[in-house]
Amino acid sequence: MTQEFRLKDEGLIDRSKKISFKFNGKKYFGYEGDTLASALIANGVHLVGRSFKYHRPRGFYGAGVDDPYALVQLIRNNETIPNIKATEQELFEGLEAKSVNCWPNVNFDIGGINNFLRIFLPAGFYYKTFMWPKSFWYRIYEPFIRKAAGFGVVTHEHDKERYEHKYEYCDLLVTGSGPSGLASAYSAAKNGAKVILAEDKPRFGGSLLTSEVTIGNQTGKEWADKIVTELKEMPNVVVKNRAQVFGYYDHNMLVMSERISEHMPKTEKFMPKQKLWYIRAKEVVISSGSIERPIVFGNNDTPGIMLSSAAKEYMKVYGVLVGKKPLIFTNNDSAYETAIEFKKNGINPIVLDSRKELNSDLITEAKNLGIDIKFEHVVVNANGYRKVKSADITKISEDKTNLGKIENIACDCICVSGFWTPTIHLASQSGGKTKFNEDIDAFIPSQSKQNETTVGSANGIFNLNDTLKNSFEAGYELSKKITSKENKLSVPAVVEKKNSKHDKFWCVPLPKGKKYKRFLDFQNDVAVSDIELALREGYRSIEHVKRYTTLGMATDQGKTSNLNGLQLVSNIENKVVPEVGHTTFRPPYTPVSIGAIVGREVGKHSKPTRKSPMHSWHEKNNAVFVDAGLWLRPRYYKKGNETLFDASKREAENVRKNVGVCDVTTLGKIDVKGPDAAEFLNRVYTNAWLKLPVGKARYGVMLREDGIVMDDGTTTRVSENHYHMTTTTAQAANVLSHLEYYLQIVWPELNVNVVSTTEQWAGAAIAGPKSRDLLQKLFPETDCSNEGLPFMGFIETKLFGVYARIFRISFSGELAYEVNVESDNGNFMWEKIIELGEEFKIQPYGTEALSTLRIEMGHVAGSELDGRTTPFDSSLEGLLSKKKDFIGKRSLQKEAFISPDREKLVGVVPLDKKTSIPEGSYIVRDANAKLPNPKLGHVSASCWSVEYNNPFSLAIIKDGKNMIGQKLFALSPLKKKSIPVEIVSSHYVDPKGERVRS
Amino acid sequence: MLFIKCPYCGIRSQNEFAYGGDATVKRPELNKEISDKEWDDFVYNRKSPRGKHLEFWHHISGCRQWFKVHRDTATHEIFKTLKPHEEL
Ligand SMILES: [Zn+2]
Repeated sequence: MTQEFRLKDEGLIDRSKKISFKFNGKKYFGYEGDTLASALIANGVHLVGRSFKYHRPRGFYGAGVDDPYALVQLIRNNETIPNIKATEQELFEGLEAKSVNCWPNVNFDIGGINNFLRIFLPAGFYYKTFMWPKSFWYRIYEPFIRKAAGFGVVTHEHDKERYEHKYEYCDLLVTGSGPSGLASAYSAAKNGAKVILAEDKPRFGGSLLTSEVTIGNQTGKEWADKIVTELKEMPNVVVKNRAQVFGYYDHNMLVMSERISEHMPKTEKFMPKQKLWYIRAKEVVISSGSIERPIVFGNNDTPGIMLSSAAKEYMKVYGVLVGKKPLIFTNNDSAYETAIEFKKNGINPIVLDSRKELNSDLITEAKNLGIDIKFEHVVVNANGYRKVKSADITKISEDKTNLGKIENIACDCICVSGFWTPTIHLASQSGGKTKFNEDIDAFIPSQSKQNETTVGSANGIFNLNDTLKNSFEAGYELSKKITSKENKLSVPAVVEKKNSKHDKFWCVPLPKGKKYKRFLDFQNDVAVSDIELALREGYRSIEHVKRYTTLGMATDQGKTSNLNGLQLVSNIENKVVPEVGHTTFRPPYTPVSIGAIVGREVGKHSKPTRKSPMHSWHEKNNAVFVDAGLWLRPRYYKKGNETLFDASKREAENVRKNVGVCDVTTLGKIDVKGPDAAEFLNRVYTNAWLKLPVGKARYGVMLREDGIVMDDGTTTRVSENHYHMTTTTAQAANVLSHLEYYLQIVWPELNVNVVSTTEQWAGAAIAGPKSRDLLQKLFPETDCSNEGLPFMGFIETKLFGVYARIFRISFSGELAYEVNVESDNGNFMWEKIIELGEEFKIQPYGTEALSTLRIEMGHVAGSELDGRTTPFDSSLEGLLSKKKDFIGKRSLQKEAFISPDREKLVGVVPLDKKTSIPEGSYIVRDANAKLPNPKLGHVSASCWSVEYNNPFSLAIIKDGKNMIGQKLFALSPLKKKSIPVEIVSSHYVDPKGERVRS
Repeated sequence: MLFIKCPYCGIRSQNEFAYGGDATVKRPELNKEISDKEWDDFVYNRKSPRGKHLEFWHHISGCRQWFKVHRDTATHEIFKTLKPHEEL
């Protein structure tokens, strides 16, 4: 297919590099440097999609980020990507794209019937219609709307691309490389500042690429190229194209997405697809430019109607004609540049100017070129369904209320210019205030909150001379503040055409008897009549009108629609625009790929993985791992076809019968050192610590100030002023912060230091009746007898030459020891234990068996100390010292804490001794009581008791102490279970604790 | 993301810090008889001002020191950071 709308030699594309691509299955050609949009237009394709609500045909309205129409589904390197803007997607060999939001195809779209039903789809239609009956929502309305609405299709495949994050600091971040951005960046860089210049398009230069101006003795584009080349060579400057600064956050943190690979057929090896930059800038220059505003008229969304600046960009940058019979409809001078450009390329445009005849540089030039100009004329309505075919035009009175006789003229495109809207999104996101500028009918930044300065047309300055002057000045002044240098550049002389004043006109009235749909928001299909309806129905706040009508809520965030919407609301309300105010600008300025936000933190990299030094041994011995916070811990060691239940039962039985070994490296360990360490522990723990002798361990419980149990564990006095504290795996980090808080803020007079030593030690718990025999083998030189190493004793010794610590502590309730060696020796220790334990039938056991052992002993753990239980609730009240004060003690005097029917830890056994009770079950008196069935408490942990060979659970229930012996029910509505149970003591096995002392 | 000046390490990004609550609250002395109201004021009752607020932050991924930050809760402006025992 020929590119019949391609100009001979204009544009910045490379005609020597022909590229083939497919759109909706059909093959086309374009050139390197094209966007998908420009290549399609070159081939005469203007119908690319369907609108969101009415499924009206959609073409191209802009040439960049402002385009609200041309979203496509892109297929790149066998991956399908939804909602790609055709105006931003650069062409590459083999590119494939498809229209979205239309079925069965873009030319015949069944949803287009909505267009003819549109009187039934007014503003707030969804709110009004789909509310009732309620039960219809999930079954009928929602699935239907979801199918009919929406844009692209998300793949169900894993995204194989790589996205990276980068953190950067700079003196000055410049957002946009138009004349104002280049001037600021250049002037600041020359004054020694560290500058980042970001441009969202592939080409630098912004408006200089399409305007007819002279800077110094060069054209605008030559000047831009020269500045960019020079900036790129400076060591203090980073220059990035395809990089959109989309968010302005607190303390001058800005986020930029850089599209690194999307313009290529596939991402190169070791390269990311996108890079997300977190930039902390000392100063920010916002040079984001401005976006042309539409003028609103009948059926102004027909394909072929677009912004005049876009038509000019297609010609000057891409060498593409958007039409051969152009109509140009304007209220200001800038559209004349487009008309002149058409004329230069041999096309005769007709200009309709809403203003009374006037003269200016541009108008005179157009007149001299013989361009047909009709002043005081407007487009009333566009005709044509899939593409504009003609326009109804007429003369309009000076007050813009009366239309003359309507005349129909043929055209194949209408280029619209309703003047310019500064892009103030970033300035507004920064928290700065905005003000309405009457001269340009638009908002501009006013009072800054953060260190930002808006320059150029983003600040409402539309002439190049002032823009360059202000921007050179801004770059210099801002850099001087930072570098204290005074290297000031002179501002080059500018030759440009002077513009005459624009017409404050934005919406063509309806001719008598006509009901043309006049669109404000092209992506969400919001028409003038929708706003009028919303106001008639009583919506007043612009934020409410926005949400009710969805004006400006589409993915383009109303870049082209917001101001016209505000104009309409203020006209109807008889207010001025600043009284109505604008809606809040929120990041991101343009859509950002979820992948870029997530970065490399996916899959295994979503969080760090902590492994014990013995991890590889566990792996080799068929351990099945479980996440314990960031740690991976063996849950059980699988033998043959064993299930979790079989294996954990075998492991737990072996501990009760022989001896087992468990990796306890993950326990939090904190060194507490200093002359006041004992006093500190005495305040932190609920029990007494002042008299603990060197070489002894003690179990302790710590509370939060609100009286809730925070953590428990044993702490050992290693030497006079040195304690080794252990915490639960889960609370290790919180406990350290907690201790630091009290030492640094509350009791700075205590001479104590704390430091985490969790990673320094590898730990193995050796538990079971034969553990002492094994220990003696491991430490033949050490007296491991009950007298030599009594319960809660501690010794430092050597394990075959390696420094080791032995603590006689027990979590399993059996005779048990915990051996610690330095992490590097962990594997050595573990293998020695296994090797020498063989004769005692040692087996490693995982967390599941560990749980079983502690549950049947009634030892509390995380499932009981869940951040809601007091020491009474968890049966730890025996550890509350009456003699001394400690953290949280005062809370325990509060009424609710001493209530006699508080919940209490108990044991639960099913009456049939067979049915396991699901964790989380409710304990109730009557299984069949009327709902809501009064709940006595809940089951916190369940196991299969290996001692009694039946299920056993722990529960925390109201007035638990007096419930022992009662027959109740455990209810699990989730698992649909109702189990008759008996309440027993939580100390199900060895209630006197004789084994640990044996 | 805030930019916070740790009094010990200098200016660092917010993701190195953990918020630690109102810094004007003083823990009652140990072993002192106090009313329920005094205790509740210490444990639970907090003002939630819109505007200036003196608060604790913990440089958790840095020097692990607690310190005070004088911050505007509405604008996030940070006026000053102080060591725990310095006063505004
Ligand atoms: Zn620090």
